[in-house]
This record gives sequence, C-alpha cells and structure tokens, in this order.
Amino acid sequence: MVENRPWLTLFTHAVLLLGVAAVAFPLYVTFVASTLRLEEIMSVPMPLVPGDQFLANYSQVLAAGGTTGSKAPVSTMLFNSTVMALAIAIGKITISIIASFAIVYFRFPLRNFFFWMIFITLMLPVEVRIIPTFKVVSDLGMLNTYAGLTVPLIASATATFLFRQFFMTVPDELAEAARVDGAGPMRFFRDVLLPLSKTSIAALFVIQFIYGWNQYLWPLLITSEESMYTAVIGISRMLVGGDAANEWNLIMATAILAMLPPALVVVLMQKWFVKGLVETEK
Amino acid sequence: MAAVSFRDVRKSYTAELQVIHGVSMEIEDGEFIVILGPSGCGKSTLLRMVAGLETISAGEIAIGGRVVNNLEPKDRDIAMVFQNYALYPHMSVYDNMAYGLRIRGLSKEEISVRVQKAADILELEKFLERKPRALSGGQRQRVAMGRAIVREPQVFLFDEPLSNLDAKLRVQMRAELQALHRRLGTTSLFVTHDQVEAMTLAQRMIVMNAGRAEQIGAPLEIYAKPATTFVAGFIGSPPMNLIPSKREGRDALLGVRPEHLAPCGRGEAMMTVDVDLIEPLGSDTLVYGHLGANGAGARVAVRLHQSVDARAGHLAVRYDPAQAHWFDPASGKRIEQ
Repeated sequence: MVENRPWLTLFTHAVLLLGVAAVAFPLYVTFVASTLRLEEIMSVPMPLVPGDQFLANYSQVLAAGGTTGSKAPVSTMLFNSTVMALAIAIGKITISIIASFAIVYFRFPLRNFFFWMIFITLMLPVEVRIIPTFKVVSDLGMLNTYAGLTVPLIASATATFLFRQFFMTVPDELAEAARVDGAGPMRFFRDVLLPLSKTSIAALFVIQFIYGWNQYLWPLLITSEESMYTAVIGISRMLVGGDAANEWNLIMATAILAMLPPALVVVLMQKWFVKGLVETEK
Repeated sequence: MAAVSFRDVRKSYTAELQVIHGVSMEIEDGEFIVILGPSGCGKSTLLRMVAGLETISAGEIAIGGRVVNNLEPKDRDIAMVFQNYALYPHMSVYDNMAYGLRIRGLSKEEISVRVQKAADILELEKFLERKPRALSGGQRQRVAMGRAIVREPQVFLFDEPLSNLDAKLRVQMRAELQALHRRLGTTSLFVTHDQVEAMTLAQRMIVMNAGRAEQIGAPLEIYAKPATTFVAGFIGSPPMNLIPSKREGRDALLGVRPEHLAPCGRGEAMMTVDVDLIEPLGSDTLVYGHLGANGAGARVAVRLHQSVDARAGHLAVRYDPAQAHWFDPASGKRIEQ
C-alpha cells in the first residue's frame, strides 16, 4: 500500500510485535525454566531471567534422563526420533515418487482405479486405522522396533498425489525426447524426472520430517521400553503426576532439545522448501 | 543416410476413429521432404509414426530398406526435433547434446568431438555450459537441432520446429536449416502448417488433408498444377480463386491464381469484380471482391502490381486461358486439359 499514515503504520507494527511476543514468550519461558533449579521454578513468581543451571540440567537429561518418571537418557530419545523422522520422510518420498511415476508414465489396466484407491487412503489417517494397524504390527512382532515405529506411517497418499501433479506438468515431449535418445523408463526417471523433482522432494522432506518427528499417538502405543522412546513420548513419560512431583527444569530442557532438530531442518532447508512450493523448473 | 518408404500406412485409434487413411510414398536418400497440411490433418501423427512414438496400425514404414514397425525409437536410427524443443531443463547445453550419446555408450572423447562439431556448425560454442532457460528461443532451437545432429542419424524428423519463433527468427532459421541440409545431406522429414516454410524448404512436399496425402510433388509443380481444389485453396496467398463455371457444357470449377488476373478495358473483360476491399502492400495491391450473377457471386482476389483507383467500384479483369485450372466440382479433382 502506498499510504502515508503514521498512526496506521504504528498500529500494524504494534499488532505484529504483539503477535510475535505471544508466540515467542512461552518458548522463552521454557528456555528460562530449563536453566533453573527446581525450587526456583516452584517459587512464585518464577524468575524470568536465565539461571545458572544450563550445563547441569542439559548434561543431566542428555546423559541420564530424569530421576523420577522415565529414566531414559534424552540422547537416546533424540536418536530414536531422528531415526523415525528420517525413515518416515525418506520412505514416504521414495515410495510415493515411484508410485506416481508408475501412475503417470505407464499405461496399465485399472491405472486410474489404483490412483483413486491411493487417494482415498487420504481419508484414513493413522488415528482412524490405529487399532487394526496395532494388531498387525504386534502380530508381526514389531512392537518396540524401529520398523514398527516407521513402516505403518510410510505409505502416503499426499506425497503420491503431489508428485503425480508435478509429473503431469512435465511436458510429454521430454519423455519422448528421452525415448528417442534411447533412455529406458528407469533411466528417464533417474536422469530427468528425479533432478526435476529436486525442489519438490526437498519441500516434502521438510514437511514429512516434522510430521515424523511430531508423531505422538503411534509411538506412545507401540513403545513400552524406555530404550525405544522418542523425544515427544519421552517428555510425556517424564510427567508422572502432581505438579510438584515433576522435575520441570529437566522436562523443559528436554522440550527445548526436542524442538531443536525440526527447527534446524526448517532453517537449513528453508531456501529449498520455499523453492519447492513456489517454483517449477521445466 | 537412408531412403524412407511409406507403404499404405494407416493409423486408427478405434475402429471408428481413423486418422491416417493410407499414405504411400518413397523418399529418396538425402531428400528434404515437407509434410504440409492444416492442423488436425494427421501430419504430426505421420511423423511420430516414423519416429516410433505412435504405433502403426496397418501398412509399413521402412527406413533404409528395414521395416521399422516394431522397433523402439532408439533402434530406428532417427533423431527428432520437437516443436517446444523438449530440452532437458536441468542439463547444460553440452549435456543436452551429449545425453543420447552417453546412453549409446560412446567414449568421452568421441562425445566431446561430436558435440564440439555440432556446436561449431550451429554457433553454440559460447553457450555450452548454459542451462536452456538462459537461452533465447532461437538458441534453444539450435540446441534442439544440435541434439539431433550429434546422433548422426539416418533420418531427421522435424515437428513444426519453427512455429514457436518470431517471424524474423523463423526466416533466419529456415535459411540455416537449408544450409545444414546442404552440408549434411541427411534425409529429412519436416512437418509444418506454414506454406511459406514448405515452399522454401522442400525438395518435395506432401500436402495432407484429413489423413490423406492430397498431392506429393516438388513445391513449384504443386503450385503450378494443384491436383485437387483443397491443394489449390491451401497453397498460395491469397489462395487460388475458385469460380463455379461451365466447361464443355458441364459444371466445372475454374481456378485462377490472383496474380494471373490482369486488369483490362471493359471491352476485353472476362469477368468484372465488384470491389469490396483493397489492401495496398507496397509491392503489390490486393483487391478482394465478388463476381456478379454470372459468376454466382463467387469471392475473388486479384493481385495487382500497380495501385488502383479505389473508387472504381468495379474492376474488369482477364486471364490467360493457359493459366486457368479446371476442377471437377463433385470430386474436387483436377481436370487435365
């Protein structure tokens, strides 16, 4: 807007600052709490400047976990979460890009039927099919394993759909040119489609990594051993009951640690992520 | 280099939907053939059948004496240039040209030699490291041609390669294509809907209409003796005047090209045109009008080499009977004199 109204500018900035504060303040409190002693947190009012227990709290949770509630070290949880998020993100992308390649570039009977079958699973998120899925996973003996954590979450209609839409915008002549050049279907996939999908893959990776990292209900159901807890589950297992019984300083430190990797992925891949959502290179 | 034969080639998608109704033709080694026709006449389909991108429903296509009906495109020894160039967007110009050769398993040195040679012919040396999106339309077109050249195929297939270029560039690329063909002498099939491209590039051309080859021949021969009213009306700008008339007592269509009508005095006039519109083009003047009742009100165009008095309202013209064409009104076929 090309308007010069100082009061309006002031007002919009005030609203924006308020919004930022509303989002950032809880994060700040969490961070402050993670650097205090438990007694300091319990005191009213809680101090709003960082304390001196930063190293103590963080090394405590990373190495040994809490002392009440769950005793799994947070480093193990972070490792489990990373494995889970990576496996889900990479697995989803791999499977759905191959599936959409088949759907878009090959003519086979019932091609559209299969596409719509995949598409319909969009309506069946984990929560809806959780009981049968749990039964299958437990019958297969995959409770408390990485496979059990990830495999049921890997199939993705969303990613298949996104890749299908992207492939359909790639001009047919490109596939024909590759055919005339002598490239077989898989070679065309590897040499032409994959490089063209780079940015879409990156965007999906970010989304799916965070999706995998933030999974709560599923890991809660199928992990009972502390060594298999993910970070998100770990936090909830550290909460054992009454307000005073919890080691809030350690829980807050764990929360901060659990927030870092997804934030890092977003920050590092931001350029690609935005590119993947807005730009198509054809 | 190789000869290409079409033997009663047909294409149908379903029993009812037939798009090519039997095309037969022998193309000699090293010929430049243009397939010309309006959109939807099946000309691109015919080319894609040679390339192997469309199956052949009936008949045979042979390249260099070898029937290719069931061969994959890569085994037909052809190279194709697409209308929208179809360059691989993520590869440099060099890689675009080298890709097919790499798949063929040529050595790095051989690939480099061939690409450098093609780049040299097409003046692309400066752009070898660039991506296609950093090139202009004409340069992209050259890269697409380069990709075809490095393959050293038996036959070049061009699918309306110049139609995405602006008018000036098109003329320039046309000349380059001719020079390239002179230099390489590779058999070429070139599809276009632009008659000027066809007339200037072709050694022989196929005029297609609704899945049939209406006429096959050298451009000037087709211009001088169109075999059907479709060809007469398609080639030439403005197209030939077709006037319902009588010949030897029977109904016939008289065909006279606009440039063969000359203004004359009232006394020797063979027809009188009621002028509707005059287009002065500088070198010529185009006069559009219609005939009176004796010519059934047919629309007529006249190309004059001098300016005319626009207020005249009527233009008396005559033609040399030797330059008149006669067609059968029912079949549209030419009546030989």
